[in-house]
Amino acid sequence: MNVGKKRHNVWLVLAALVVVVPFVPLVLWAFAGEWRFPELLPTEFSLRGWEEVFSGGNRVPEAVMNSLIIGAAATAASVAVGLPAGMAMGGYEFRFKGAVIFLILLPILVPPLASTMGIHLTFIRLGLSDTVFGVFLVHLIPTVPYTAIILTSVFADMTGEMEEAARSLGASPWQAFRHITLPQAVPGIAVAALFAFLVSWSQYILTVLIGGGSVITLPMLLFSAASGNDPVITSVLAILFALPALVVLVVALRFLKGDDESGVIGLGKPS
Amino acid sequence: MFRGLRVPGKGIRPSPNPARERLTRVGGRLKISLLLAPAVLVIGTLFIGGLYAALIQSLGYFPAIGQTEMSLSAYREVLSSGYFVDSLVLTVYVAVASTVISTTLAVLGALALRRSSGTVSAVVFQIPITIPHLVAAVGIALVVSQTGLGARFASALGLVGEPSDFPALLYDKYSVGIILTYVWKEVPFVALVVLAGLRGVAAELEEVAQTLGANAWQRFWHVIFPVIAPGVVAASLIVFAFTFGAFEVPYLLGQDFPTMLPVTAYNDYRSIELSDRPGAMAINIIIAVITALFAAAYLRLSRSLGRG
Repeated sequence: MNVGKKRHNVWLVLAALVVVVPFVPLVLWAFAGEWRFPELLPTEFSLRGWEEVFSGGNRVPEAVMNSLIIGAAATAASVAVGLPAGMAMGGYEFRFKGAVIFLILLPILVPPLASTMGIHLTFIRLGLSDTVFGVFLVHLIPTVPYTAIILTSVFADMTGEMEEAARSLGASPWQAFRHITLPQAVPGIAVAALFAFLVSWSQYILTVLIGGGSVITLPMLLFSAASGNDPVITSVLAILFALPALVVLVVALRFLKGDDESGVIGLGKPS
Repeated sequence: MFRGLRVPGKGIRPSPNPARERLTRVGGRLKISLLLAPAVLVIGTLFIGGLYAALIQSLGYFPAIGQTEMSLSAYREVLSSGYFVDSLVLTVYVAVASTVISTTLAVLGALALRRSSGTVSAVVFQIPITIPHLVAAVGIALVVSQTGLGARFASALGLVGEPSDFPALLYDKYSVGIILTYVWKEVPFVALVVLAGLRGVAAELEEVAQTLGANAWQRFWHVIFPVIAPGVVAASLIVFAFTFGAFEVPYLLGQDFPTMLPVTAYNDYRSIELSDRPGAMAINIIIAVITALFAAAYLRLSRSLGRG
């Protein structure tokens, strides 16, 4: 038993190492002053990358601001739209349910790039291209499905017995929703909101297409740094870009404690 | 409770969950339509509307430049061109390789890890799932590039002298960097699906098989595999659809020619020649149809799982 346990821990450590590997050069480069080939570690450390990124005189503050604003707006809209949809799909049986789920699942699996390119001309005509609002709108293509699907699994897990009790005691449907259903769903809603934010935060190509270079977000700066020749700046930006994901991770794991895997599967894989 | 009796339920179907059945009777058709309307409206307008616009543009409908006649010529041109075929072959190769490698590693990893701490493995697996693809791609690039961490270790071991001695794994024709990034990102996703299966029914069945004298291989092949197979197939369908249609990683780490289909569509779209636009849209529609087929297969499978 003890030997068996140890062997499993060896595999776990190995898996953890593989997961950590890509972060090793990111962290080292972010603080490297000089790191020539073939040195295994930087020979000098410095904060040059961080100073450069935070010194102003570049577009980082603007990009972070845009990413935050668009992410927050897309999150709010997705929860507002995804919550009722999740209630319907998770809590009720109805005709054409399969078709509705297929429609809502589709933008997760069919790349949103295709529909965004298609809609671009219309956005230009409506004056929505090159605007933050236009970028927010196309971010809804991937964020709404994620939110709705996560919330569907949240409401599918609820038995509805408490609401039933409240209703039989004379609560109106709205009271039952407001005081029973909603509080029960709060952790699930929080997870859905975090993932909606993350999905919006991670969007690159939709922003490029509709933002047309007028709306700069963090992944766009990271992309141009990564195509260039400065691993220090690239790594600093990559770490900044990964931060919300790490925050979401910590929070989501707290909410998902216990029955973690089943919850996690519903989350899918934001890109 | 009594409301359900007053309104004779129409179309009440047998439901495995009695609580849900009660809800069914309370929830009217109108209420459900209203609940679904906002999401259906958003996805219908932006996503389906966008696909429709892409479709008519792929047929050559561009009133802005006086083109209102529709034809299939963009499809004929694209499908018969060498660069599309090269691009399609590359895309299928990357998607198949990423899916097969991810799925295999995920099943092996889940089997090895199924008895270790659930919380720790959940954290370990959640990291790659949550980290944006772009960060993963940059990290992997800094590991496998010719001056990357891997090459430095190879040099320390005396395997390579110059950076150019280390194999080119980025912008290469085998798309190693792209596949590695996808494998790093998707293995945990598939592994969590497998783990959920392993910790459920499979564990109990396996114990029974063990007491009946089945050996390790027999237990895997006859007991565990049939239980986890549908979940594995469903998860790998998602991985295939995603790696087939995703843009960022191949745009950053892929070679210049041929490119994967989404990158090809984007390059054609950005081309100064307006005449390339229908071709770009045709490629988009082809990507959308292929990935939608995988989505339909996934949904069918996961629904039959839900029933079974």
